Amino acid sequence: MKNYRGQALSWAWNDGVIEVALHRDPCNEIGSLTLGELERFSVALDELTAVSHAVILHSSQPAGFCAGADLRELFEGTQKVRREEAARGVREFLERIHGVFNKIDASPLTTIAAVHGVTFGGGFELALVCDLIVADKMARFCFPELRLGLIPGFGGIPRLKRDLGNSVVRDLLMTGRSFNATKAQQIGLVSQLVAEGEALKAARATATQIGKFDRQTSAAAKQFIKPLPVEELRQEIEIFCDLFTRPAVEASLRKFVESTEALPYLP
Amino acid sequence: MPTIDQTLDEVLTLAAARFKVPREKLSPDDDFFQNLGIDSLQALDLLTRLENHFHVELPDYEMQGVSDFRTLASKIQARL
Repeated sequence: MKNYRGQALSWAWNDGVIEVALHRDPCNEIGSLTLGELERFSVALDELTAVSHAVILHSSQPAGFCAGADLRELFEGTQKVRREEAARGVREFLERIHGVFNKIDASPLTTIAAVHGVTFGGGFELALVCDLIVADKMARFCFPELRLGLIPGFGGIPRLKRDLGNSVVRDLLMTGRSFNATKAQQIGLVSQLVAEGEALKAARATATQIGKFDRQTSAAAKQFIKPLPVEELRQEIEIFCDLFTRPAVEASLRKFVESTEALPYLP
Repeated sequence: MPTIDQTLDEVLTLAAARFKVPREKLSPDDDFFQNLGIDSLQALDLLTRLENHFHVELPDYEMQGVSDFRTLASKIQARL
């Protein structure tokens, strides 16, 4: 399927480049709706790989690339069923989203995240799946999960560690602070820093450049330098699920959902 | 290095321009959430613009509880 218009995301194929646009209000929170459409994209990716060389992920929401997991849906899910059942549901969700993220991560195509504004939690993890991150100077990156009593669950820790090493992971994770795009470029997270509103344009120019190379060679180079951290990704799911069953997490989620604080997104 | 008054003036000018509020309507001790009418995402936007403008890092946890321009400027000044 070369073109698709969903409720949370859309994609369009043009001249070997698949552009995936996230467009769910307010800031592309990832819940079951987005997951289902990401899985549809995953199937389309298989079909389009032979005729493509690059994928661009971006957001058409003004607030940013993605604010992370849909915490309201997660909290409401815990209220409808017993704790054990809620935990099973969370594990199933994580298994499914890891399936999609791993597939995009290991795709033979070159993948580019074009980000702006809020790129937090699961949204940051989605960007980390990509081979390159092009950021406009208003982008911000953050792992706020520890304040909920959780760790990032969509593969963020193993991927960030793979790409940048442990000290950056610890800083982001243990302090919960956010980095701006300039800092992110300085530490090697962002490959290109561009002016406000220019990330998608820069990503398209990059995709055009990538299209000049032999696809088999690009795929071989990527496979060589970007191994999937399979074991750590499995461990992450186990740790997340262990932490999730604690009553403190439900209390933190409730606090977040019911918060009227001026800065609910900040740690 | 700019003085704290110069930093404060730049913060007020930048905030007024970004949120389209007349500069003369903003005072150093104003609550910027109320005066600018901004939400958490817009506060992040302001934080990023201030970091970019002054070339500093402002950790989120240092901004917790800061709601007036004078304190905000002092946080920036401490990192210049």
